[in-house]
Amino acid sequence: MTAPSPPRVPVLEPAGTAIVAPSRPSLPARVARRLVGVATYAFALAVAAFWLLPTFGLFVESLRDPKDIAASGWWTAFVRPGQLTLVNYQHLLANSDVLGSLWNTLLITVPATILMVAFGALAGYALAWLDFRGRQLLFLVVVALIVVPVQIAIIPDAKIFRALHIYGTTTAVVAFHVAFGLPFAVFLLRNYFLGIPTDLVEAARVDGGAELAIFVRVVLPMSRPAIAALAVYQFVWVWNDLLVALVFARPDSAPITYQLQAQMRTFSTNIDVIGPAAFLSMVVPLVVFFVLQRHFVKGALADSMRAG
Amino acid sequence: MTRSAPPAHRYPDGAQDDHNRNPPRRRTTRRPERRTVAVLFLVPAVVVLAVLVVWPIVDTIWFSLTNSSGTRFVGLDNYATMVGTSETRRAIRNNMVWVLVAPTVVTVVGLILAVLADRIRFVTAFRMILFMPMAVSFLAAGVSWRLVYDASPDRGALNAALVAVHDMFEPPSPYAGMRPRGDLVLARTPSGDYQTVRPVDAGSVVALPLVGLASDKLPARAQPAGMPAPGEGLAGVVWLDFRPGGGTAGVVDPDERGLPGLRVEVLRGGTVVASTRTDDFGRFWLPRLTGGGYTVRLPHAAFAEPFAGVTWLGPALITPSVIVSYLWLWAGFAMLMIAAGLSGLPRQALEAARVDGATEWQVFRRVTVPLVRPVLLVVLVTLVINVLKIFDLVYVLAPDSSRGAATVVAVEMYRVSFGGGLNNGLASALSVLLFLLVLPAVAGNIRRQRREGP
Repeated sequence: MTAPSPPRVPVLEPAGTAIVAPSRPSLPARVARRLVGVATYAFALAVAAFWLLPTFGLFVESLRDPKDIAASGWWTAFVRPGQLTLVNYQHLLANSDVLGSLWNTLLITVPATILMVAFGALAGYALAWLDFRGRQLLFLVVVALIVVPVQIAIIPDAKIFRALHIYGTTTAVVAFHVAFGLPFAVFLLRNYFLGIPTDLVEAARVDGGAELAIFVRVVLPMSRPAIAALAVYQFVWVWNDLLVALVFARPDSAPITYQLQAQMRTFSTNIDVIGPAAFLSMVVPLVVFFVLQRHFVKGALADSMRAG
Repeated sequence: MTRSAPPAHRYPDGAQDDHNRNPPRRRTTRRPERRTVAVLFLVPAVVVLAVLVVWPIVDTIWFSLTNSSGTRFVGLDNYATMVGTSETRRAIRNNMVWVLVAPTVVTVVGLILAVLADRIRFVTAFRMILFMPMAVSFLAAGVSWRLVYDASPDRGALNAALVAVHDMFEPPSPYAGMRPRGDLVLARTPSGDYQTVRPVDAGSVVALPLVGLASDKLPARAQPAGMPAPGEGLAGVVWLDFRPGGGTAGVVDPDERGLPGLRVEVLRGGTVVASTRTDDFGRFWLPRLTGGGYTVRLPHAAFAEPFAGVTWLGPALITPSVIVSYLWLWAGFAMLMIAAGLSGLPRQALEAARVDGATEWQVFRRVTVPLVRPVLLVVLVTLVINVLKIFDLVYVLAPDSSRGAATVVAVEMYRVSFGGGLNNGLASALSVLLFLLVLPAVAGNIRRQRREGP
């Protein structure tokens, strides 16, 4: 229990009441407080365990023999550790569908992140530091687009991609992700860029710097925290996407999420393929999460407006 | 929206640039070449947004007024279909349940967890554990939760835990699933009890044959069944009336064993007048009964199927189950947002309340909650928008058998178009519905930006 103890100073009570110093709590009160403290910790531990359970269960399940998976729960592995095996992962690494889809996930996620940040930063710079007619209106349109659901655009976009002969390719998936990530990216970066001291930008301009040079040499380096948060969150977001992939990808261009759910639909019981593959698909976002946690959390909290 | 301040710039001489943090509205000179630059900077984003987001909105609204292939104008027919078809109606109703329940639950849990995290020493680890699901795809989360919710208590973690707890208080009966052999002696009552068909008299011996259990599943203490000798009171035997080859129905054959420990009740005129348990030979004896007109009853509790947990992913419970997994995914977000709000609370206010003798609950209810109300509102609105568009989790977690019961607008939109339905008109109408539902948030964002923005 870390509740601050009352200060040992007399407290001024409302008129008419006596001035009393808070006395040391009685023994029963202290025991009660102690018990509450223990209960708090027990509850916190239970919550933490509950939160870890699903992921941990999937991890253990992915390490068990398919025969054991069909017969018993993952927790029996603690009683009989002999069940643990890497055979599922060996099968997985021999499964070209899954490996190909992991590669596709990278082919989608990396360009989608880079392009979104690049386009967003350019537009954000223009909206923050360049003067042109309609600037405010354009910015409000961008703000309005932040929460627009992807559903509203998928049917027309599918037509556009078909007309461009990119429907079913990773290019289409990337384009869609960039489009729907952009409003937030522009919004966040524009607001961040605005906070950069005016003198700095103006000084660079007086020195005769081209806008692009100012953008690259002055503004971008100063905005590293915002860009990192944005990029990390977008990376994880795109990596985890299912809907856009379902709509715009085909099996040969599909990311891991698509592939996994296809496997789930076809054979709903082959957890020996799905389990390890699902865990494998979590490894990259989890590593990103743990290593770049600060940026990810910042991005996630800031992106609350987009939120799904 | 958190808007992080950039690091204050330091000039080489160490002076801090502070006076210029809020630049005047018009700070750049209007020069033609700069306008060209602005256009160049804006082109990629504006083109992408115009072509892939803004124009499609108009297009989708138009599609929603045309037939399934978009070739003929049909007015509001798609909207009529949307409201009139049971699948889409159910999707809309489920979405309403989602919007009403999920954001509130997640926010309340987030608040509790934020306050809890404030009082423990391993805050960082705790927060990390709770926030981690945010990094996991809905798909992987769906797979994980399928394992949690598996209906079999042997494989599903939740049902395994439930059954373990249940059996601790009420051990499963070894005789589950047994039934009378034939219907001459015992009959099944509507409540599932087995009772004698004909009245029995004191001084007689009743033989109650049951089948439906492999003989090696009998309790170890079961002895070969024996017929008690007729005597005072009412006596009888309950036994497994089966042996390899079948044995004779209703007769205690040599290799057949009794059912020990089974509760036997004797009724007269509808009320229980005596009860006992069978011994290791399956025999029972109630010496004090006299007269006739008794009914012997074997209560159903002994034969009921053992408790096997709950079908979490069945049509009845699917939406609550998916909402729990959604809670698992998003509570960390709510917790961190609220914790950020809590850290801004004036510590003195809390301490003053405590010093004044307020209990922790009162402090929480009267001081903490009102002070973080703005943050709670932001979290709530965010989650409502998020939940309106919920797709992946429902799509992945609901097995085929309860997909219809679990459906929401976004899932239905996918199903009737790309998911096989090929009805772009109806799908567009559903999309427009989603779009209309987020419009208040769009307006709110714009208003806030106009108020706060430069």
